[in-house]
Amino acid sequence: MKKQIPLIITFIAGMVMILQFFIPHRPFSDLQQLFNTWFLIITVFAMILGLGNLFKVHTKRLQRRPKGWWYSIVLLAGFAIMFIVGMIWGPARGTPFDYLFWNVHLPMSSMMFALLAFFVASASYRAFRARTPEATLLLVSAILVMIGRVPLGNYIWDKLPLIGDWIMSYPNMAGQRAIMIGIALGIVSTSLRIILGIERTYLSGK
Amino acid sequence: MMEIIGIWMAALLTLCILSFLYKDNPFYKFAEHLFVGLSAAYWAVYSYFNILYPNLIQPLFGHGQLLLIIPLVLGIMMVMRLFPKVGWVSRWPLAFIVGSYSGYNLITYLQSNALEQVRATLVPVIQIESWKNLFTNPGVMTFLNAIAAPVVVVGVTTGVIYFFFSKEHKGVFGGFARIGVWFLMIAFGASFGYTVMARISLLIGRMYFLLHNWLHLI
Repeated sequence: MKKQIPLIITFIAGMVMILQFFIPHRPFSDLQQLFNTWFLIITVFAMILGLGNLFKVHTKRLQRRPKGWWYSIVLLAGFAIMFIVGMIWGPARGTPFDYLFWNVHLPMSSMMFALLAFFVASASYRAFRARTPEATLLLVSAILVMIGRVPLGNYIWDKLPLIGDWIMSYPNMAGQRAIMIGIALGIVSTSLRIILGIERTYLSGK
Repeated sequence: MMEIIGIWMAALLTLCILSFLYKDNPFYKFAEHLFVGLSAAYWAVYSYFNILYPNLIQPLFGHGQLLLIIPLVLGIMMVMRLFPKVGWVSRWPLAFIVGSYSGYNLITYLQSNALEQVRATLVPVIQIESWKNLFTNPGVMTFLNAIAAPVVVVGVTTGVIYFFFSKEHKGVFGGFARIGVWFLMIAFGASFGYTVMARISLLIGRMYFLLHNWLHLI
C-alpha cells in the first residue's frame, strides 16, 4: 500500500506526459496543462519542505549551542528580514525587497561566483600539467579558448581569436554533442525504468 | 542617502566574501550565512508571487477552481516529510513529480538531445566550396574550415562510441573510443576556458564596483 499507490501515480503521471506528445488533443492536452500546473505547485511545496529543514537544522543549533552557533541567528535573521519585506511590499521594482536584492543579495552572489576564479586557477595548475596526451589536449584547448577571447590573443597573432572560435564551434561542439546524446539515452532509459516501476530508489526511506 | 547606504552594504559584504582568500574567517562566515538566509527568502517570496499565488491561491480561493485542492493536498503531504511518523505520505507527491518529470523528459530529451543532435551531425563530410577555397586561398583558417565537417562527424561518432560501455574498449573499437576521449578532452578544455573567462569577468565586475562605485578611484 505504501509503495503500490506511489508506483501507480508515477505510471499514470508519466504515461499522460508521454501520450500528450503523440495525441496532442483533448483530453490529453488538457491533462498535460493540468499536470504542469500541479507540478509547479507541488515543487513550491517541495521548496517549503527545504525551508522547513533549514529551520529545523538551525533552530537545533540554537538550542545545542555548538561552536559558531550565532551564525544561525544571522541566517535566520537574514531570512526573516528578506521574507517579511518581500511579503509586505512584494517583489516589484523599487520596493524594499528589490533594494535588498540589488544591494545585499546580488553583490554577495556575484562575489561568491567570482571567488571561484581563484580556485579555478589553483585547480587549473593541477589539471594543466601535461602528463598525458589527453591532458595536453585539454590544456591546449583551454589556453586557445582563453587567449582567443582577450585582446592579448589578437595582439600575439590575429588568427588566435578565430582559432578559439573554431575550437568552440567544431571540436568542442562535437564533444558536447556526444555527451548530450549519451545523457539523452541515459535519461530515456532511466525514465522508462521509473515509469514502469523497475527503478524504485526514489521511494526508499521512511 | 539610501543609495549610499546600499553601496556601503554591498562593498562591505563583497569584502567579507573576498576575505575567504586569506582563510576561513568570521567575516566570511557571517556573509555566507546571511547569503544563505537571504537566498532562501528570495526564492520563497519569488515562488509565492510568481507560482503559488497565480496558480493556486487566486484560482482556488478567488475563482473557486476546486480541482486545485488536489495539488494543495499533495503539497501538504510533501511537507509532512518533516514529521518522521507520517513522513511516508510524502511519497505520493514525490511519485507525481518523478513520474510527470520522467514522462516529459523522456520525449523532450529524445527529441532535442538525441534525435536533433544526430540529425545535425548527418551532414556532407566533404564541403566542396570549403576545399575549393582552401586550394585557391591556402591558410590556417581556410584549412580549419575545410576540415570542420569531418571533425564534427568523427568527433560525435567516436564520442558516442566511448560512451558505449557494453563492449570492452579494445582493438579497433578501443581505438575509436580513444579518439572519442580526445574530442571529449578538447570539449572539457574549451568549457573550462570558457568558465574561467566567465568567472574572471565577474571578478572584474566586482573589482570595478569597489574601485569605481565605492571608492571612486577609477
